[in-house]
Amino acid sequence: MNPERSKSYPLRRRAVVKELLAKRGDALVVAGLGAAAWDVTAAGDAPLNFPLWGAMGGAVPLGLGLALAQPSRRVLVITGDGEMLMGLGSLATVATQHPPNLAIVVLDNERYGETGMQLTHTAGGVDLAAIASASGIPICNTVSDKKSFKSALPQIQKEVGPLFFNIKVRAENLPLVLPPKDGAYLKDRFRFALLGADTIT
Amino acid sequence: MASLESETWPQDIYQVLVENRVRQIAYIPDIGHASLIKMCHKSDNMKTVVLTTEEEGVALLAGAWLGGDRGVLLMQSSGVGNCINMLSLTRVCRMPLLILVTMRGEWGEFNPWQVPMGRNSNQVLTAAGVLTFVVNHKDRIKETVKAAARMAFEGPAATAVLISQRILGAKTFGR
Repeated sequence: MNPERSKSYPLRRRAVVKELLAKRGDALVVAGLGAAAWDVTAAGDAPLNFPLWGAMGGAVPLGLGLALAQPSRRVLVITGDGEMLMGLGSLATVATQHPPNLAIVVLDNERYGETGMQLTHTAGGVDLAAIASASGIPICNTVSDKKSFKSALPQIQKEVGPLFFNIKVRAENLPLVLPPKDGAYLKDRFRFALLGADTIT
Repeated sequence: MASLESETWPQDIYQVLVENRVRQIAYIPDIGHASLIKMCHKSDNMKTVVLTTEEEGVALLAGAWLGGDRGVLLMQSSGVGNCINMLSLTRVCRMPLLILVTMRGEWGEFNPWQVPMGRNSNQVLTAAGVLTFVVNHKDRIKETVKAAARMAFEGPAATAVLISQRILGAKTFGR
């Protein structure tokens, strides 16, 4: 385990997510619980965001179900390393289904941010992009600096997937920017925006 | 007991899924669901998703519902416990979820490792807020799945049909 290195990573999670979502177009965004959901909300709360407040390990499979249901829309899953580690098997499921419209971005600060910044397995060298690649996801990469983030950006937004980018971000405690937490509301506003009023049951 | 291959109730379940416009079929296989899974694979209107763990299916079908697809989750009773925390997603978001569980460890079971989940699936699902329907006779399967599907998609609610080992027959590994 390396407790120090992620404190000096150059990429900052809020700026990364802001840039990821600046030209989101009509993309559907799923955010994993904790800091990833706060980052997505800091970039601007929107009806076609689905921020999770629980269901750890569920962000990627939820994004997969959405991508299969909406093949003509880009689906972007943004989550953290701890959340991803809890659902590693879902990368194998994504690879097997091979949805061309699904992009997965992990903001990897090598910490469990909500529980006291304890180190995750990625601080010990576990390589999430390599796991995704070995699972069979065709485009996988680790991004650690501004230059490689710039070149990854159009891929994440447009390239035929499925694809997986692990973005090494600085370990930092940031002000909370909380999305609504009523799950039924989050679901209804998402379906209303995507499918129209008559689909609300 | 007739062999599972010659049973018609998997066809009945398939029919109910078609009538309910179910599109995503998420599963960890069980021998009791084998024929149904085969039928779903052949359908042009269904997307079958084999999972690595059952809880993935709970999240997958939440995403499906957000995108306008109805789904069903197929598993054996040993998978029920794997779903518990993920079921908070279905519950808090008030989403529909239809689960069809083929039971092991419940009736004449040969393998004691199946018994803890098999004997407690109903209580565990109930505690997690899932409406359960136990079915002990094959003639009742169709109407039960129909009722559970209706309450899931019209609810919206999480519902589970537990298909008894009495119907499926116990595995004996030749002993």
